[in-house]
Amino acid sequence: MDTNTLLVGLAGVLATAAPVLFAVIGETITERAGIINLSLNGTVLLSAMGGFMVAYKTDSVLLGFLAGMVIGMLVALVIAFSSITLKQSQVAVGFVLALACRDLAYFLGVPVLNQSGPRLPGLSIPFLKDIPVLGTLFFKQDLITYFSYLIIFLAWWWIFHTRPGLMLRGIGERPAAAFVRGANVNRLRYLYAAIGGAIAGLAGPAYSLSVKAGWMGIQSGLDGIGWIALSITIFGGWNPLRAAFGAYLFALLQWLGLVLQSKLPGVPTQVLQVAPFPLMILTLLLVNISDAEWVERILAAMPERPRRWMMKLLRTLRASPPASLGVPFDSE
Amino acid sequence: MKKNIWINIGFQVGALVLALLITTLILVAVGAPPLKAYLSILHGALGSTSNVVAVLITWSPLLLTTAGVLITFSAGLWNIGMEGQMTVGAIFATGMLRMLQNSSLPPAVIIILGILAGVVGGAFWASLTGALKTFGGVNEIFGGLGLNFVATALTIYLVFGPWKRPGVGSMSGTQPFDERLWLPTLPGTGLSLWSLGISVLVIVIVYLLLRGTQFGLRLKAVGKNSKAAFLMGVPTWQYSMFAFLLCGAFAGLAGGIQVLGIYHRLLPNISNGYGFLGLLVAMLVNYQALWAAPIAFLFAALNIGSVQLQIQYKLDSSFAGVLQDMLVLLVLLGEGARQTFMKKR
Repeated sequence: MDTNTLLVGLAGVLATAAPVLFAVIGETITERAGIINLSLNGTVLLSAMGGFMVAYKTDSVLLGFLAGMVIGMLVALVIAFSSITLKQSQVAVGFVLALACRDLAYFLGVPVLNQSGPRLPGLSIPFLKDIPVLGTLFFKQDLITYFSYLIIFLAWWWIFHTRPGLMLRGIGERPAAAFVRGANVNRLRYLYAAIGGAIAGLAGPAYSLSVKAGWMGIQSGLDGIGWIALSITIFGGWNPLRAAFGAYLFALLQWLGLVLQSKLPGVPTQVLQVAPFPLMILTLLLVNISDAEWVERILAAMPERPRRWMMKLLRTLRASPPASLGVPFDSE
Repeated sequence: MKKNIWINIGFQVGALVLALLITTLILVAVGAPPLKAYLSILHGALGSTSNVVAVLITWSPLLLTTAGVLITFSAGLWNIGMEGQMTVGAIFATGMLRMLQNSSLPPAVIIILGILAGVVGGAFWASLTGALKTFGGVNEIFGGLGLNFVATALTIYLVFGPWKRPGVGSMSGTQPFDERLWLPTLPGTGLSLWSLGISVLVIVIVYLLLRGTQFGLRLKAVGKNSKAAFLMGVPTWQYSMFAFLLCGAFAGLAGGIQVLGIYHRLLPNISNGYGFLGLLVAMLVNYQALWAAPIAFLFAALNIGSVQLQIQYKLDSSFAGVLQDMLVLLVLLGEGARQTFMKKR
């Protein structure tokens, strides 16, 4: 493989990571506010179908992306309503919505199945694209991929470096304290669920109008992406930068899988396609294992030097969720 | 008190009506005549003896997965991995049959061993999710889901690889087993009274287990408040693990029955969504075992009936899923609305 093929491949990795990034960043924002949007897998499929359908009917890619955002927002608002106003289990409603949106996508998507429709054109950025290496890698993409770079830093800046971001963290960690400080906890939770849902709703059209243009129903191969995104959110420790690292790592491994496949013709396609899932379990294991009792016991039995080294490693990997994640808030 | 019951029923009926309203709008949106579509589902499910038999065949594995998930729900666990547990059950059952099919053992013994292998396979796969949860802190939703995909890949690998048909492997599965190794069915139909009987027995056992035994009570205590249960002397993680094993065993049993009683071979997607459907049934009956059997029957009928929809109106049969999901969603929301509304008054 020569350098240029490698660069183009890696640029492809950045593009294929974009949809996952939107899902992960959207979920990170939602969960920071204390709400779990477990419907992500359905949201991705329904917004992919809906986004493509709208773009197909109106011949406008922009409207397609907007449709995806609206779908993501509506689904998130159902979860927000059931958990904030009705105080029902977020996991139950989210899980049912994950299935409902998936079935709806397959059912409603039949008219545009395997149709060829509009897709987002590539847009090389003048001057920047001519920078050696970096130009090919970053700046010969399309608009949604550029936006995916941007959203990482936007979300990170908002959560950690602004006053409203401080409030956002507050309502996810200690809503009572935020309430005393004058925050309308439930209204903010609605707001951030809607925003997070809308961002996650970009994931679908980012597939159906860019990375994997078109709607192919069950053959789209998008089923499962949402679950991966949910686990990357955990791996990312609810920090957009670390989450982005997870999303890029995932896309990179997927690409390596494809490369590997051409070298191993004996292995069926479907087998390498599921490689991300054991990986997902493994990363969750790494992130959570330091909480297990038996690990503590083993650590205590270790000699001083390796123990300190191990503890440092585990602490780096560890990620704690917002303290009030999934807990309803009542001001009374 | 009596008034409360009527209000409860009112909310539930309201939820059902709203769910039907939404699905009707969806049908209108795709240009299908709603009333005719519903009638065609009804007809497709119950219109003839052979259709009812098909519903009963679907009902059996669904009862098993519902029974299993009632146990894990009681322990406060989300066993989303039932699809995978059922699949691995099917793999183990197929493996056992492949091993013994040329032996001199009587067919009945081979069949029983095959089904037992399915039970073991399902329990084994569930134990992985349970161990990840108990010893690794990996949430069972993600553990189970990941293992679902792994189980599917394993099936595809086996069907196209080591267990492929003579000649070339295909999505239609492995070479069918000899007819003497099939679970006996009613003459002229695909319905096995054995599988139906086992499934009904299992749901009854689960009902009694959860309702009238100390085990059931402790399991629910673990589910409701595991810290309190632990302080009361219930061995918490052992109970969770056992719930996983039992649920996996039932799912594996369902997988074994799929192989021995229905398909007579291993094929991709052998779990057929029954794991997820069992979760939906359990949620719809508000985790009460008593109602599980009729609701599971309704869901099985919707699955079979919507096949007609595809034939008659060229509508995707995923409509059954849409209908089931909406029912559960609206009933959950209705229950929330009732609680909120009643509290305010």
